Amino acid sequence: MYTFIGRRLLSTIPVLLIVAVLVFLMLRLTPGDPAAILAGDAASSEQIAAIRASLGLDRSIAVQFGIWSGNLLQGDFGRSYFYKMDVTQLIAQRIEPTLALATLTILIAVLVSVPLGVIAAWRFGGWFDRALMGFSVMGFSVPVFVLAYILIWIVSLKLGWFPVQGYRRLADGFWPFLHHLVLPAITLSVIYIALIARVTRASVLEALGEDYIRTARAKGLPESQVLIHHALANAAVPIATVIGIGIALLIGGVVVTESVYAIPGLGRLTVDAVLARDFPTVQAVILLFSFAYVLVNLLVDLSYVFFDPRIRY
Amino acid sequence: MNRKIAAAVLLAAAAGSVSAQDKVLRVVPHSNLSILDPIWTTQYMARNHGYMIYDTLFGTDEKSRVQPQMVDKWTVSPDNRLWTFVLRDGLEFHDGKPVTGEDVTASIARWGKRDAMGQKLMTFVERMDAPDARTFRIFLREACGFVLEALGKPSSNVPFIMTKRVADTPADKQIEEHIGSGPYIFKRDEFKPGDKAVYVRNSKYQPRKDTPSGTAGGKHVYVDRVELNLALRDAQAQVNALAKGEIDVLERPAFESYEQLRKAEGVVLVTKDPLGFQYMGRFNHLHPPFNNPKIRQAALAAMQQEPFLRAQVGIKEFYKSCASMFTCGTPYGSAKGSDIQSKSSMKKAQDLLKASGYDGTPVVILKPTDLAAIQKLPDVAAQLLRQAGFKVDLQAMDWNTVVSRRAKKEPPAQGGWNIFLTAWVAPDIWNPLTNAAVGADGEKSWFGWPKDEQIEKLRDQFARATDDAKKKSLAEAIQARAFEVGTHAPLGEYVNPLATRKNISGWVIGPGDIYWNVKKN
Repeated sequence: MYTFIGRRLLSTIPVLLIVAVLVFLMLRLTPGDPAAILAGDAASSEQIAAIRASLGLDRSIAVQFGIWSGNLLQGDFGRSYFYKMDVTQLIAQRIEPTLALATLTILIAVLVSVPLGVIAAWRFGGWFDRALMGFSVMGFSVPVFVLAYILIWIVSLKLGWFPVQGYRRLADGFWPFLHHLVLPAITLSVIYIALIARVTRASVLEALGEDYIRTARAKGLPESQVLIHHALANAAVPIATVIGIGIALLIGGVVVTESVYAIPGLGRLTVDAVLARDFPTVQAVILLFSFAYVLVNLLVDLSYVFFDPRIRY
Repeated sequence: MNRKIAAAVLLAAAAGSVSAQDKVLRVVPHSNLSILDPIWTTQYMARNHGYMIYDTLFGTDEKSRVQPQMVDKWTVSPDNRLWTFVLRDGLEFHDGKPVTGEDVTASIARWGKRDAMGQKLMTFVERMDAPDARTFRIFLREACGFVLEALGKPSSNVPFIMTKRVADTPADKQIEEHIGSGPYIFKRDEFKPGDKAVYVRNSKYQPRKDTPSGTAGGKHVYVDRVELNLALRDAQAQVNALAKGEIDVLERPAFESYEQLRKAEGVVLVTKDPLGFQYMGRFNHLHPPFNNPKIRQAALAAMQQEPFLRAQVGIKEFYKSCASMFTCGTPYGSAKGSDIQSKSSMKKAQDLLKASGYDGTPVVILKPTDLAAIQKLPDVAAQLLRQAGFKVDLQAMDWNTVVSRRAKKEPPAQGGWNIFLTAWVAPDIWNPLTNAAVGADGEKSWFGWPKDEQIEKLRDQFARATDDAKKKSLAEAIQARAFEVGTHAPLGEYVNPLATRKNISGWVIGPGDIYWNVKKN
């Protein structure tokens, strides 16, 4: 097991290296000049050239890459061109909202979708199953921003239950933190509820057809025990996989939700940095996302051992 | 001991926190605040940040007249070459140190290296000194007519006064310390880029006794904090937040939002900047087809203002056609020489194009897709030019690509361009020295790089003129020549009223987004 973990962690190094080279090159090859953006509307060509030189962007791409990768090896991710702050500090400011939103979203999604999926499988073909399937099609189809506006209009503007925008840090108190996060998390969780519920239903349905379920029922076990301890437990591996994929997608996929609800998270930071050609910030955030993807995949693989004792690494 | 430490921590926390009684003005600005040096960049958000924390020697009132601000009195020698200024009593930086003449001269010197008007002023300045703590002098090589206009310049780059140690920062490097003597103090520790910026009232600030007007007059502060919400950028979410009272001010609502804002309970619209903005189409004079003045004339004739304004603004009461390149309703606003555009027609444009020898070279128009304030203009330009007979290549991209690309001098086929469209606030274009688009010094000019010796000669005469009537006639001559050579196409003017909660009042009329005199009841 430990060898497996060590090997997987080591395998992140070439992945991150490839990502680093690709991101660096793609940013330099796409149109857009950070110096012209920084200088403002009325800047002269000379001023833009001076800013370009001060950022080191007048050097060759190879030299720029050498400097950046050298700094990276020393743990220095660079300084944002725009905010004059260390990129690590910038990310540290933005990571909490994104992590909080992603965590609450997944929590809501799992707590809602798994029971729904199990019940739909149990009542296969009935009204509940059909309703859930209909809901999941809708969940996949409605764009997140449309859902966000509808929820804001009903829940915030008409009922006044939640704020329409903003984020409060956990340090400001748990209630304000939760109060600002619930609506965005519900908005974002709908698509994951649809996805996980469908996978859960299919997996549990498959498990319910197995011989050991018939045996369990023949033994006179209550239906709840059959469903949870036998069917769901054996259907857990694909469910864990889809939850893992969901988490990975969420980390980088919260941009729209963060925009509509004005949450200052990593998603917004990434979009702003890409649009502003803030190369150091984009590079650092993409590396962070890549590492997060690798880590989440590793955790999902490890969870298989817990759900299925036959799996060994 | 532990209790004492805990008590000290609690006290410290309380001192840094916002009291429930504090009046907090929650503002959604028109853009993100990223650069904190208003001299290093011309970005309007940096300018607005500057107005919060720095003071200026002179201000410009709502009638576009320069008025003293930090300056108490001043004298000019009979030959107009020695200007002596005395600062008001009681001016103090946020760190408690008094504002001195040395701080002022250092600030002017740094600004004079960055700002176009400042650079022009510096060509006349022989030296500056500070004979005593409250006095500074400007010695000119020869008389010039825009000393006060330059020092009271209301828009980017504004000559803000910084402490000498900050102003001594090389002009090509951004400042690291943000201490001014203005009405608000910047809370650097609460600044979270892309999230929020906080300013608190400078209780030691001594406002002038005059009525506030534009960037001039008394800067009275009636709120304890101003919080800029930098995260709220979705247009619909902004409207929702204002309607629900989660924010107090929305600086620049999208034009599509006004109908909803008008219906929202507790929300009012305020036109605090009646001079507003001017749209502009800029030709690239370096490459075909617009290296030919006859073709630029044909394009000018085709680019009638009304279609641009109707498509982009859409609300009749918010826009007006304006034949002037120098903002209508300001001292140099005039229709002189504008007939080629203002009294033209599509038929005339077609005839001019036919007579120009246009060979069908495609016109590359840069179209920003992510800047709602101007994104429809390129489509209108493309349509009008096609109607006139031009072949058009409309290229879509994000605004920052436009910004990068317009700086390229290469031909359009190699990443260059032929036309881009933008908008300016009135003070940036209201006289021949601030209006970058009428500069015609070839490759040293603003993007588009027009070259015309006559315009440059007239601008030089304007800089030297000290008589208002003479300046007015020179401005008219510059404009007439600019239309003749087709430096650019003015595309009409518009206002973008701010939306605010009804309990917010005291808005100062004039350009810029400024938050002194604003009351929250």
